[in-house]
Amino acid sequence: MNIHEYQAKALFAKFGVPAPQGAAAKSSDEFATALSSLPEGPTMVKSQIHAGGRGKGTFTDGYKGGVKFCKTKDEALEVAGKMINNTLVTIQTGPAGRKVQTIYFTAALDIKKEYYLAILLDRATSRPVIVASTEGGVEIEKVAEETPEKITKVFIDPAYGLADFQIREIVFGLELTGGEAKNAYKLIRNLYTCFWETDASMVEVNPLITTPEGDVLALDAKVSFDDNALFRHPEIVELRDLNEEDPKEIEASKYDLAYIALDGNIACLVNGAGLAMSTMDIIKHYGGNPANFLDVGGGATKEKVIAAFKIILGDPNVGGIFVNIFGGIMDCNVIAEGIVDAVKEVGLKLPLVVRLEGNNVAAGKATLAASGLELVSGDTMADAAQKIVKLVA
Amino acid sequence: MSILISSETKILIQGITGAFGGKHAQLSIDYGTQVVAGVTPGKGGQTFEHAGVKVPVFNSVAEAAKATGATVSAIFVPPPFAGDAILECVDAGLDLAVCITEGIPIKDMVRVKRAMQGAKTRLVGPNCPGLVTPGEGEGSNGGCRIGIAPGYIHKKGHVGVVSRSGTLTYEAVFQITTKGLGQSTSVGIGGDPVNGTDHLDVIKLFNEDPDTKGIILIGEIGGNAEVEAARWIKDNCTKPVAGFIAGATAPPGRRMGHAGAIVGGAEDTAEAKIAVFKECGIEVAETPSDMADALLRAAKAKGVSLA
Repeated sequence: MNIHEYQAKALFAKFGVPAPQGAAAKSSDEFATALSSLPEGPTMVKSQIHAGGRGKGTFTDGYKGGVKFCKTKDEALEVAGKMINNTLVTIQTGPAGRKVQTIYFTAALDIKKEYYLAILLDRATSRPVIVASTEGGVEIEKVAEETPEKITKVFIDPAYGLADFQIREIVFGLELTGGEAKNAYKLIRNLYTCFWETDASMVEVNPLITTPEGDVLALDAKVSFDDNALFRHPEIVELRDLNEEDPKEIEASKYDLAYIALDGNIACLVNGAGLAMSTMDIIKHYGGNPANFLDVGGGATKEKVIAAFKIILGDPNVGGIFVNIFGGIMDCNVIAEGIVDAVKEVGLKLPLVVRLEGNNVAAGKATLAASGLELVSGDTMADAAQKIVKLVA
Repeated sequence: MSILISSETKILIQGITGAFGGKHAQLSIDYGTQVVAGVTPGKGGQTFEHAGVKVPVFNSVAEAAKATGATVSAIFVPPPFAGDAILECVDAGLDLAVCITEGIPIKDMVRVKRAMQGAKTRLVGPNCPGLVTPGEGEGSNGGCRIGIAPGYIHKKGHVGVVSRSGTLTYEAVFQITTKGLGQSTSVGIGGDPVNGTDHLDVIKLFNEDPDTKGIILIGEIGGNAEVEAARWIKDNCTKPVAGFIAGATAPPGRRMGHAGAIVGGAEDTAEAKIAVFKECGIEVAETPSDMADALLRAAKAKGVSLA
């Protein structure tokens, strides 16, 4: 689960990670109040979306830049007015862009230097890792490729936690001394606590900055959380922004379905993530284009199947449906009954290819045959995939 | 023969009194698995009965193991408590803990994996379908089924299968069985990014198992486990290996169902892994329908019979 920059900074404040003073506004009515809470001086006006590249992005009405430096509060008001409810396209949003529904105003600080600091899980070692670099404000992947010696990494032993000497290693790696080093030390300690205690999957501060006064702050904040741990973080769940998610994906999560919208026209309904991924792959292999990833899961009920069917039929791009089921826990007849009922409820004018195998397959096939539904069966996955691709072409 | 489990293995089931655990306890018993104990804290003293088999329920893994000689546990415990359930097996000195649970917080697994270091207990999973060593009876009954796989698709034989995915594994197993071949053991290692057993761990066991003549390795996007296994296979594995990687069409940065199926960089894409497979002499299945055929090609190239 992702959150906005302004929410991440509020979280940082709770954990004692300094960031420039800021105030969020969700409509132009709130701009004046938000701005008046900030100190005198220039202001940063920042579009809030769950995607990076905002500064270099362009709004769909032609207005350029999703992050702007404003000398005066009046300028900030005007700029915010141009951004609010406008749609911002960045290299990370895709061509459709994202609607900006919150503006974050922050005090614009003098920057002495920019750094990079992130905490995430290292898969290879199964340990949290802190990644830091003197090259802030740029793409860390580029730094890793071109000047890896400018990156410091420490791996945290989960049994011991983050050791003081490890923080020192990071601080020395960032070439900080004196007061700045002291401030960075505290910030890193608190950032790690934030990461660990909230079950974050990643915390990225790019850039981390030092100011002429010797302060060390998070100028940007990107935080995401382990979905599996949300059950024990109701306070994090409250930060969820449904506007940033595809409505079909939101609907799917209500039924505990794993669904991801893609841009093709062959909808898939499959049990099991590996099988669902390879169903997308095999459609592509035979020249088709999958419209979605959908895993109904093992213990799916008829209701879940109906909900899944309705969701995929709600995608206007869909030209045909491929149901691929290998029943282990899943009962083929439950799927069959779900399909029959779903089609009765919403009607079906599109080609439907069904491939059933496994647990209770004979009953499943019988249910489909008796339903009178117009559908095509496939024997193997390859056979069924070729059929749906042909029908949709 | 088999690896890790056989028809002789005595298993206990944590969560046997729950709906999910109970259902699969029944299916395992039907398959001929020696389910000798159940564990549900607070329900010790109860009996789980199915098809004339009476399984005593205990309050703790240690008690259950001591009383019945069970050496392996199948864990059907909900996510908030599953990490703890794994550690209970480690503390009781079991040989193997197989955790079926999907949805365990990553932090919990990070801590569990660290706490287990150096212990004798092997963990398979979490978020895995489990293991099956097929038996000689009808529908391969008489073997050992731990987890949730359908027993009847298996057949006793000589192909080792190792996979991150559940249903995709059943595809491979069923293809093998349909061709008249069979499996020595099928191992589902699960879809989580932090887990107990990697492809390579299982490949090493298959390589040493005199009864495994060929191996199918099924992977997906995310992480480097398949690549690590491939490189070892190139240098050390004498048996024919076929591989399949799911997720070539998955968009980057999105979690495709499995918590571990997310592309982080250039090297954990399907393309990258497939390229490494080819470099390492692993026959690549073009599509998921091609897995058993790919192994037959690999076996033919090595002059090995899988029968």
